[in-house]
Amino acid sequence: MDIHAAKAIGAGLAMTGLIGAGAGLGILFGNYLQAAIRNPAAAAGERTYLFIGMALAESMGLFAFVLGLLIYFL
Amino acid sequence: MASIEPMEQFLVRKVVDIPPISVPGLGRIDLSITNSVEFMIISAGLIVAFLLLAAKRELVPGRMQAFAEMLYTMVDGTFTGGIIGDRGRPFLPFIFTLFLFIAIMNYIGLAPLGFTVTSQLAVTVTLSIMTFAVVLVVGFARNGLGFFKLFWPTGMHPAMAAFLSFIELLSFLIRPATLAMRLFGNMLGGHIVMFVFASFVVGLGAFALHGGLASLGILGAALSFAMVVGLVVLELVVAGLQAFVFAALTCIYLNEVVNLDHGH
Repeated sequence: MDIHAAKAIGAGLAMTGLIGAGAGLGILFGNYLQAAIRNPAAAAGERTYLFIGMALAESMGLFAFVLGLLIYFL
Repeated sequence: MASIEPMEQFLVRKVVDIPPISVPGLGRIDLSITNSVEFMIISAGLIVAFLLLAAKRELVPGRMQAFAEMLYTMVDGTFTGGIIGDRGRPFLPFIFTLFLFIAIMNYIGLAPLGFTVTSQLAVTVTLSIMTFAVVLVVGFARNGLGFFKLFWPTGMHPAMAAFLSFIELLSFLIRPATLAMRLFGNMLGGHIVMFVFASFVVGLGAFALHGGLASLGILGAALSFAMVVGLVVLELVVAGLQAFVFAALTCIYLNEVVNLDHGH
């Protein structure tokens, strides 16, 4: 197989890691919104932890993204 | 049509050429001012100029002073005070600098002709290693060898605790990598996506000039343009959010070592 084709396929497969990040972000924001609607008074206090959780969930997807870039361009 | 290179915008070029300097023990070091360094200097200069203009110490603050005071209260209330507590006050200048520097670098990268310094892995790794070093130094200075209690989970069988402490140690050591990767990946990814959609505008617009059925390409170009506008808004949010996240995570890591014996 052509090396460039293999690289493109590999980079594309590495991007499947983003599925998990997307699902994680959906769960995170969905649950936050649910909690915020049930108890709006407590919502503002937990916003910092929402963003931190978002960063942690997102970083897993970004690992896959960076890996994909490395496979494609190196 | 010229080939479209989404990675070309991250190329580091020399702006001012300075001959390499020999440093004993390190070899020859190139100290030339690149566009990366240039935009770091610009953002640092902007922050210093803003704070010098804002810090007038008036009893009734003007617009600039009110904004600077809001920033200060935000960093104090959310990061050092909110996460670490009263013991976090000494770290306020560090967190404030980190937050403002990353935020300004991210925003300058979004300006036209701007270069995104935080899309360089070297820059984000330097920032995260600095943070990691601060956590280590503070941890050992405050707790001595009691610092290693951080990795030892309490209230379980010693064999299980030994196994878990190994995982804790690993997750502690991977932190600077995740901190650097997050900022780098977000900035790089966002700018590549913006570039790709912007290139669709030009590409489809040029294709529509062929006339006939190809002129439908103008619809695609318009759609891509709307997408670019939306992406710029998204990136404006992400730029601020990533600076926020970097500062907040630094505070969380600091909190673990500062309040190690208090279980805060």
